[in-house]
Amino acid sequence: MSKTNHEMDHLKLNELLKNSNIWPTEMGGWQPGVDVSFRGKSLLKDLNHLSWMSLVIYSITGKIPEPKQCELYEGIWVISTSFPDPRLWNNRIATLATNSRSTPVLGISAGIAVSEATIYGHRPLIATIDFLYDVQNKLDQGQNLSDILKALYHSTAPSYSGKGKNRSPAKIPGFGRPITPVDERRKPLLDLAKKCQYHQGKILQLAFDIEQQLKIIAPQLKMNIATLMAALCADQNMSPREFYYFVSLCFSGGILACAIDAETHHEGSFFPMPCNAIRYSGKPRRQWKNM
Amino acid sequence: MTKPEIHSDFWDEDPSPENPFTPSACYCSGYNVYDDLLPNISWVEYLYLMFMKEAPTKQQSTLLNALSVALANPGPRDNSVQAAMSAGAGGSTLASSLIAAIGVGAGNLGGAHEVAIATSCWQKFGTNLLLWQSGFNDFIKQKDGNTSRADVWLPIEHAPGFDPNGTHCAETIIQTLNYLSDISPNNHLAWLREHRTDMEKMTNSPLAMSGVAAAAFVDLGFEPSQAEMLFMLLRLPGAAAHALEQHETGWKDFPFFSDGLQVGVPNS
Repeated sequence: MSKTNHEMDHLKLNELLKNSNIWPTEMGGWQPGVDVSFRGKSLLKDLNHLSWMSLVIYSITGKIPEPKQCELYEGIWVISTSFPDPRLWNNRIATLATNSRSTPVLGISAGIAVSEATIYGHRPLIATIDFLYDVQNKLDQGQNLSDILKALYHSTAPSYSGKGKNRSPAKIPGFGRPITPVDERRKPLLDLAKKCQYHQGKILQLAFDIEQQLKIIAPQLKMNIATLMAALCADQNMSPREFYYFVSLCFSGGILACAIDAETHHEGSFFPMPCNAIRYSGKPRRQWKNM
Repeated sequence: MTKPEIHSDFWDEDPSPENPFTPSACYCSGYNVYDDLLPNISWVEYLYLMFMKEAPTKQQSTLLNALSVALANPGPRDNSVQAAMSAGAGGSTLASSLIAAIGVGAGNLGGAHEVAIATSCWQKFGTNLLLWQSGFNDFIKQKDGNTSRADVWLPIEHAPGFDPNGTHCAETIIQTLNYLSDISPNNHLAWLREHRTDMEKMTNSPLAMSGVAAAAFVDLGFEPSQAEMLFMLLRLPGAAAHALEQHETGWKDFPFFSDGLQVGVPNS
């Protein structure tokens, strides 16, 4: 190996040795029996008055949100992502768990993990905020909204969101919805945004402009709640990654409710399926031959 | 009301006459599981059958079995196993220790997602060293932010299949690569063995187990998503055994790094 590689190896080894003993962090830590520091403040003295949502936002951004910001963020969770419906794919995990008499936390944590889905949940949410920023950047560079959307809509998709081996969120994320094109959450969330005076933000306006253009380009794509969630948070200057952190637990209210409900039902009573519910389309019956 | 159906091209069940919710027979790709396969099939043959819908050849079965042994226990220092052990040490539910192992071992650094990316690379670059070279460069560019739409996965930060923190290829990796190459019915493992040092020079990193596994999965004909699943699955035995051990040993004898936290110090 060349001298350069030797030097690189030396640096790598030094890093490994250094990191084996220390974890430098500005996030915080526990001083046993004394205090807990959290981004430079005392959790027990400086932050103990915060609501749970304020603390979540503080952990993400390092800033304590204003009361009306907090109301918006909590409202986004309550209105948009807290359906106690056990048929929804992530909620179903908690339902199946407690109805199979696993623990609620195992079901809830698995349900949260499952919320990183492609047709709903975290992946389209992140894609949507990224899409909105992307479109805004292109507009700032002088491009035309209709042209941007047409180019995206007519681009060859490497994959589909709904099925296939390489699924990814839709080309125009945040528009269109599985099961129904109508999004009943839209009005309540917009009402909340208005109440909090966040209804005139630049990215929210962009979302409406996109919706108008799509009526001509792809009328089947109606704005769904992901666009409103993403636009409202973008107007609060959240980056896509911060938005991801923000939504990471947003389904937990509905998932918890489903876990509780299914635990009260008779064990094994959640839509048991008979054997003939399996629609088989594989190889015909055959005999195994030992090698 | 439409009748809910589960569509499957590899699993079927006959209902028992007494109760339609109880099977009298289950079939995997046409084979009767409890009558025919149970006395005749090995665990890895059954795994292969479920994923590929066909029986493996003797050579494929031997390779998958050897790969399963190589992957079964990454050892207690591995992050995924440590996650399972952390659950064990704290007395958490045993299920949570496996969830922890899968969650941690799913990632881009030595984890299942890296294996899927590396498997995709094999599909794209095959046994062409020049294509691998430009492919690695693309990954470096991607690391610098040249990516498409934001996603839950961050872009991989190193050449897939190689250990960015390693200084030389571990003897255990070389032994695994050599043995798997010898028994493989296909040519990717052998090509990797032949070009390992070239690729290590390109990436400034030694080959990792994720890279060996990806080549083995390609030699077995698995798709990236199948490789990702199998890599998670095959590494669980070690995580489970280590978690049980720490569960019994308890938290006092598990590393806590009491003096390790440097609060208020920026991450350099």
